[in-house]
Amino acid sequence: MSTVTADTHAHEHADEHAHAGGFLSTYVFSLDHKIIGLQFLFSTLLWFVVGGLLALAVRWQLAYPWSDMPIFGKLLFAAEGGQIAPEFYTVLFTMHATVMIFLVIIPILAGAFGNYLIPLMIGADDMAFPTLNMLSYWFMWPAFLAFGASFFVEGGAAGAGWTSYPPLSVLNSASPGSLNGQTLWLIGLLCVGVSSMMGSVNYLTTIIQMRAPGMTMFRLPMTIWAMFITAVLQAFALPVLTAAGVMQIADRELGTGFFLPEGVAANNALPAAGGGHPILWQHLFWFYSHPAVYIMILPAMGMVSDIIACFSRKPLFGYKPMVYSISGIAGLGFIVWGHHMFVSGMNPMLGMTFMVTTMFIALPSAIKTFNWLGTVWGGRIQFTTAMLFALSFVSMFIIGGLSGIFMAATPVDIFIHDTYFIVAHFHYVLFAGTAMAVWGAIYFWFPKMFGRMMNEFWGKVHFFFTFVFLNCTFYPMHILGIVGFPRRLADPYHYETFRHLLPLNQFMTWCAIGMVATQIIFAINFFSSMFFGKKAGRNPWHANSLEWMAPSPPGHGNFDFQPIVYRGPYEYASPEVETDYYPQTQPPPEKQGDD
Amino acid sequence: MNRFWCIVFLLVPIMGVATFAVAPYYNIWFPRDVSTHGITIDNLFMFILWITGIVFIATEWALFQFTWKYNAAHNPEPAKFSHGEHTLEVVWTIVPAAILLFIAIYQMDAFAAAKMRKPNMQPTAEITGRQFNWDVRYPGPDKELHTLDDIVRYDGNIHMPMGEDVLLVIKSQDVLHSFFLPNLRLKQDVIPGMEQAMWFHAKDTGRFDIVCAELCGWGHYKMKARLTLQTRADFDQWLAETYQAEQAMTTAKVGQ
Repeated sequence: MSTVTADTHAHEHADEHAHAGGFLSTYVFSLDHKIIGLQFLFSTLLWFVVGGLLALAVRWQLAYPWSDMPIFGKLLFAAEGGQIAPEFYTVLFTMHATVMIFLVIIPILAGAFGNYLIPLMIGADDMAFPTLNMLSYWFMWPAFLAFGASFFVEGGAAGAGWTSYPPLSVLNSASPGSLNGQTLWLIGLLCVGVSSMMGSVNYLTTIIQMRAPGMTMFRLPMTIWAMFITAVLQAFALPVLTAAGVMQIADRELGTGFFLPEGVAANNALPAAGGGHPILWQHLFWFYSHPAVYIMILPAMGMVSDIIACFSRKPLFGYKPMVYSISGIAGLGFIVWGHHMFVSGMNPMLGMTFMVTTMFIALPSAIKTFNWLGTVWGGRIQFTTAMLFALSFVSMFIIGGLSGIFMAATPVDIFIHDTYFIVAHFHYVLFAGTAMAVWGAIYFWFPKMFGRMMNEFWGKVHFFFTFVFLNCTFYPMHILGIVGFPRRLADPYHYETFRHLLPLNQFMTWCAIGMVATQIIFAINFFSSMFFGKKAGRNPWHANSLEWMAPSPPGHGNFDFQPIVYRGPYEYASPEVETDYYPQTQPPPEKQGDD
Repeated sequence: MNRFWCIVFLLVPIMGVATFAVAPYYNIWFPRDVSTHGITIDNLFMFILWITGIVFIATEWALFQFTWKYNAAHNPEPAKFSHGEHTLEVVWTIVPAAILLFIAIYQMDAFAAAKMRKPNMQPTAEITGRQFNWDVRYPGPDKELHTLDDIVRYDGNIHMPMGEDVLLVIKSQDVLHSFFLPNLRLKQDVIPGMEQAMWFHAKDTGRFDIVCAELCGWGHYKMKARLTLQTRADFDQWLAETYQAEQAMTTAKVGQ
């Protein structure tokens, strides 16, 4: 019964801080997992705006190359008379990806929702290590500052792609004018890594040690299972990226040559000392960054599973296969990184090995999709905004998942590698997948976070336009990829092969602008609902899992009673009770014997 | 209103399929293939497109069908209290696994042909990527690379013979680049400090784009070259003329 002891201890601990509470300790240097979760949520949403605007600048250049950019152009590129310079274009897509991946998706899933939901959904008072938890948020700030400041240093922010492949990222002479932006980028990356590491250790300990009495591992909601597996991925993959990052900093600042062959030089600069190899970086980088792809999707899958089961008013179809398939994704996720390197110059025999493992990682994703469809089948579906976003996740993930098979096929990848087919694929997974799931999760858990409901009508308007515009923006990228339209080119129309694709790109750009504009509806709905929304009770969606048994918003220590868990979280439409939901904490009706 | 959302989800497979069906008519499709091996890649793409297309339509249709049929406003029946179905799980694990295994094995030969079965012959030319140009070095009259009579061109006009195997040595002088020939379905990253081989067999003449497909700095977008495929006779003649012109230039320089 060590679980109970740990709980009681944490409870006392949390109480101490609750009573210490000035503004700073309550809202700024808070140890409460809910406040930390909200800090992550607000910070990442702000960066989401930055990342979105960077994307629009990229799209503008692709639609109207070398033309003056309206509104922002004169402000940002005064020196070029409002044009996007080619070196700035590389900065734009590098920083768009960096911001979206490291400052939005990873911290919003693990940082915001992981922090907020884990203790609540397992029936704990707080995280196992509240101080470490606070530090995991505050370690994001050096990263925010490093990435933010890099735009303003001489030479501008990093422009070597978010993959930061050497020698381009290492040799200053390869990008004349660039100085410290790339180093700041690497420092920011290290800080994000440290933050994620602190978070993941905390999540693992909390989920293993602090579950409420009766909450066995197989009674955990899918959200928690996904966060658990994500934390395992982070804990094992991140040290590799950290080491690689330090090595690249050393290459840049100390003149080592981990990633440089002997004698390499750009623009007649002095040759490097060398002794290393550029491919080494790619292996180390993708050893983290491929599992990171799953870090960016598994929590979304978990949250979508919970939302779909709740609004289908039906148990999740195949709970255990779902758990096994996310575990399978995590396991296979460590041995597929080489599929990013089929044409990198890596031994083709090794490429073939990675191809086979990559084919098989499609399998658990397929199983999950079938189980979501099975959950919807035979339910009583309520089309709330959260449900619409969750269903759209399934619909879009099918596209993103299937397009992965094309790239996994090595001969096809020879042609489509580094084209817009890849760009389509990962935007379908990360934007149409994860970002849509995140919006679903915000609509779903907002009542718990702020004690008020979001406006459903405006929520649906937000959903509709986002859904339409995102498909108009990203779906045509598939056929661009079939033409061979390459990524990361400031002016692809320079090539005759791609000249006729300009009108399609202009259409996509206007849809992207529409998509970003639609988020104004969301922002207004979010902030006005926070203050003027309809009051939500404890359990507005009639859901089963533990967080809905706590007050909305929960106070310090989360629960005003000791939650005891009797069953899994998906007992909707159970014949045992009158209501169509059956909370995990509700004692079973009296009957002879135990189950 | 619930029906409206079902229709929105139904639009996904309809528009998805329509886009792929219409794209070829607007020429937004594979660029003309002038290689002998390209057809294998295009066919493999189409094969996977058919398989994934069927799965795409089936699953998206199921999503539409279920949301249409089982929505709370129109469906009087209570929700089914079901935690899953063991047989179904086994079926939808084994069937996709078999299909994926088949795709995995089926494609191996094409990849081996493209990246492993290097033809046993003298290199036709050596290509060097550097910021932001593709330099080409042809063997001179002695048919050997890296001798005094090599023909080196920096103007981004690369000539190659058609109707026979061509073997290229590709390398980089500074950062990563990627030698991408859309019309020959070829792509290979070039890495400083490493020599790699690339081979093809062109079946047509013409002028085609050579694209750099790996980010190589601010001028990445303009690292463009042109590939001229010509018959062996034309190629030999062009090579001889170029050799003459270069010799003349060298002599002129020495004369000064």
